[in-house]
Amino acid sequence: MQRTRLFSAHKTAGAKFVEFFGWEMPIEYTGIIQEHMAVRKKAGLFDVSHMGEIVISGNQALDFVQYLTPNNAAFLDANKAQYSALTTPQGTFVDDLLVYYLDEHAYLLVVNAANTDKDFQWILSHKQGFDIEVQNKSADYTQMALQGPRANKILQPLTDIDLEEMSGFGVERGSVEGVEAIVSRTGYTGEDGFEIYTLAQNPEKIWDAILEEGKTYGLQPIGLGARDTLRLEARLMLYGNDIDESTTVLEAGMRWLVKFKKGDFLGREALLKQKEEGVRRKIVGFELLEKGIARPHYPVFIENEKISEVRSGSFSPFFQKSIGLTYLPVDHAEIGTECAIEIRGKRIKAKVVPTPFYKKEEKQ
Amino acid sequence: MYPDDFYYSKDHEWLRIDGENATVGITDFAQKQLGDVVYVELPQPGAQLEFHQSLGVIESVKAVSDIYSPISGEVMKINEELNESPELINEDPHDKGWIVRIKVKNETELENLMSASEYEKFLEGLED
Repeated sequence: MQRTRLFSAHKTAGAKFVEFFGWEMPIEYTGIIQEHMAVRKKAGLFDVSHMGEIVISGNQALDFVQYLTPNNAAFLDANKAQYSALTTPQGTFVDDLLVYYLDEHAYLLVVNAANTDKDFQWILSHKQGFDIEVQNKSADYTQMALQGPRANKILQPLTDIDLEEMSGFGVERGSVEGVEAIVSRTGYTGEDGFEIYTLAQNPEKIWDAILEEGKTYGLQPIGLGARDTLRLEARLMLYGNDIDESTTVLEAGMRWLVKFKKGDFLGREALLKQKEEGVRRKIVGFELLEKGIARPHYPVFIENEKISEVRSGSFSPFFQKSIGLTYLPVDHAEIGTECAIEIRGKRIKAKVVPTPFYKKEEKQ
Repeated sequence: MYPDDFYYSKDHEWLRIDGENATVGITDFAQKQLGDVVYVELPQPGAQLEFHQSLGVIESVKAVSDIYSPISGEVMKINEELNESPELINEDPHDKGWIVRIKVKNETELENLMSASEYEKFLEGLED
């Protein structure tokens, strides 16, 4: 099993570990619910070094990224990151990812740990005809996420970057506790916060300094357990649950990231056709109206007909009830639609609700 | 950690004899493995349980797991406090987090269970 450079810090902090796609990662430190609420109310620090980093460089780096992804990478610059996807010719997901501009001829793709090798092979298999190079740099990068309403206050004293000036998806290069890093105003929790990338051999210097600085703000380390419940409340997709090679970008409700006018890209034709004809199903959020927890793959019924299955499903620590995501036919996907989730042979009442389930309070 | 007067199963339930009844819960080890418990599905009082039959379900944030009856008999009482406060299983697994009280049908079944010291040894074996 692979370990991140921060493994011993987690061990010292009393983390419980879990195997996550070949990585030995902290699942929780104090308990998922407590950690979840700490991020919502205060701040939390995540080691997400298991994420994959793939660099595309060369004269045609931009053209190649444009071909691989539906969003418009021409909008990127040194101060802007972008959420996008790797799409199949059918308009479904090979993966979802963040794209960073490194320089005029180099882009960094941050991909899911579970998909790093698959994505790398996928990208290699499409490079023919492009004057570019592809490198899997996943082992070199350490990635941390500092998330929560107090993230800004905790990080500012440690860095020369003016965090106040950074907007959502903003990117800056600078030092954090004297260590060179890329900092972006991004995350996977539904809260304000930052993701910090470094190639340094001593990333624990950053990790330790943030935890120390955050002490008075109630900052604590957070495991993958709470990362999952946080992202679900914010309706952020998890590859393998909510999106995969059988779901299209439009069915997943991501019309906004498909830029048809930018030119050709993998999946453009299929997505354009689907856009014109309309999707037959779409992803929706639901909540249980009775006791129980809806979990992935549980059957979803509407009027006694099995119509779908649960994609993501969990107890929501913030709302103290069971929530989840599923794909429903568009004529049964309206807010308020009653459905049922089969839990151990019993149908439990549920209804379609607006998403994101959780939205952070806007700053006054 | 593990009370001397309890019996323990390999599925990490504990059992305490109170007269002709047995009180059953899950062990501290089990609650730590599960993490935050958010929902407990309890049997109906009066239900007849066989040895090792599933008597209910514990849902934690990250997992769902069956509770197996460590003994045969009739369900006399359930811990209704768990409906409102399932976290009692995390906070006090060997006392306030008890789950059911069963009228013991066959005392010889206790021979299937471990003593506290045997259970602790059993746990050490799991950690290897």
